[in-house]
Amino acid sequence: MPVYNEKVMDHFMNPRNVGEIKDADGVGEEGNPVCGDMMTFYIKVKDNKLEDVKFKTFGCGAAIAVSSMVSEMAKGMTLEEAMKLTPASVADKLEGLPKNKLHCSNLGAQALHEAIKDYQKKQKTGGK
Amino acid sequence: MTKVYLDNTAGTPVLPEVKEAMLPFLGEVYGNPQSLHDWGDAARMAVDEAREKVAGLIGADPEEIIFTSGGTESNNLAVKGLALARQTQGKHVVVSAIEHFSVLHSARTLEKWGFKVTEVPVDKNGIVDPADVKKSIKKDTVLVSIMHANGEIGTIEPIKEIAKITKELKIPFHTDAVATAGTIPVNVNELEVDALSLAGSQFYGPKGAGALWVRKGVRIIPLLDGGIQEDGRRGGTENVPGIIGLGKAAELAAAQIQSRIKKLTPLRDSLLKGLPSKIKNVVVTGHPQNRLPGHASFCVEFIEGEAMLMLLNSKGIAVSSGSACTSRALKASHVLLSIGLSHEIAQGSVLFTLGLDTAKKDIDYVLETMPPVVDRLRQMSPLYAKFVKTGKGGK
Repeated sequence: MPVYNEKVMDHFMNPRNVGEIKDADGVGEEGNPVCGDMMTFYIKVKDNKLEDVKFKTFGCGAAIAVSSMVSEMAKGMTLEEAMKLTPASVADKLEGLPKNKLHCSNLGAQALHEAIKDYQKKQKTGGK
Repeated sequence: MTKVYLDNTAGTPVLPEVKEAMLPFLGEVYGNPQSLHDWGDAARMAVDEAREKVAGLIGADPEEIIFTSGGTESNNLAVKGLALARQTQGKHVVVSAIEHFSVLHSARTLEKWGFKVTEVPVDKNGIVDPADVKKSIKKDTVLVSIMHANGEIGTIEPIKEIAKITKELKIPFHTDAVATAGTIPVNVNELEVDALSLAGSQFYGPKGAGALWVRKGVRIIPLLDGGIQEDGRRGGTENVPGIIGLGKAAELAAAQIQSRIKKLTPLRDSLLKGLPSKIKNVVVTGHPQNRLPGHASFCVEFIEGEAMLMLLNSKGIAVSSGSACTSRALKASHVLLSIGLSHEIAQGSVLFTLGLDTAKKDIDYVLETMPPVVDRLRQMSPLYAKFVKTGKGGK
């Protein structure tokens, strides 16, 4: 059996929503190069919904596929819904990840949550 | 699609002559070499002949060859077996920091058995300084084990110089020559070592077949107790087809070694020079000249090795990587960290190991395929974005 299933390979070979949002409403970063993977998520929020989600990822095939899947799942969600995304729900949607990739490569949801928190903090402090 | 296999350090193809030589022993010649009838004789004579060929490859006596299941077993047997044989004289062992895990983890097992282990560091090119080996030797040192060349970074170690020290101090010296035997000239008497590991899968022989050479008079404790196979130093019915294949591969390597080196070296050099000239922020790992003939290893900054490996695979190119993500344990290669690279740089490890079927056009294909693969991953990388914005983060 290949290491990654077809769904994961599809998201790795054709990642969705790669890039940065210049005037993002929130930015979140998770991971570090020591453990291997690092993800940055950018979000644009309108009417409490994720109008746009983009990411940049330094990491393995799984890390890139996870980021792509998170961005796809999160787009259009309310902030509350997006906060409920978990590494497990992302892995499920990818129809499974290799056991050893379930943790450090699977930081996409956390990075997205950091971006949402960043947005919420900016709201409270009135913009900047 | 173009298919280019550049992962020969993981395992070379089996040469057709090797396969041919093995076939009868997977079929009609099935006797046990220990048996005293005609069936046994046929197998034993073939094994004896293979033993001569393997000995011939490294300038040794056939009786000094112990057939094993490969490099890992040879290294386990050497490190544990040589240390245990001398444990009444002392319990200290010296290894280098960049040994293969089969040596390092054997040393760790020795620690559990009450031995002390010193790991000698390497410089930025991966070279062991013989003076450091000398410094690390104590009164109770009973074994030194330093590899002949490192399979991850290609660096060839000054084994002769280290052997001068161990010889003078009368300490057994084992070298893991899995990366070199059959690839560059290896002669146990020129190297003046006492034990040496080799493996068939590195020089166009079968997997699961290797050998440990131990100099006559050097005591070793067997790991596999059993019958009197291999002079009682390794029990278990011989892997006859594997041994025959190993012998044939050794014979071919001995005859062709210079022509192989002549073929591989310029191809390697065009990759070592070509890649950093086509892609910015690429570092060559290992020694620039003093390295294995078919070995080109790099770290590509701001991206990760497994992703690179997968994209290259989708273009028909097989490589390997020492990145944390590529390892099952998710740890960066101890070799890359030992030569002073940061975790971040080590993550970008990519390793091209050339073989007899590698052609100039394959190297050209790699040089043409790599830049867009790297660029694609860099466009995705937050580390690269930071580097572009700030100019910081590059090596």
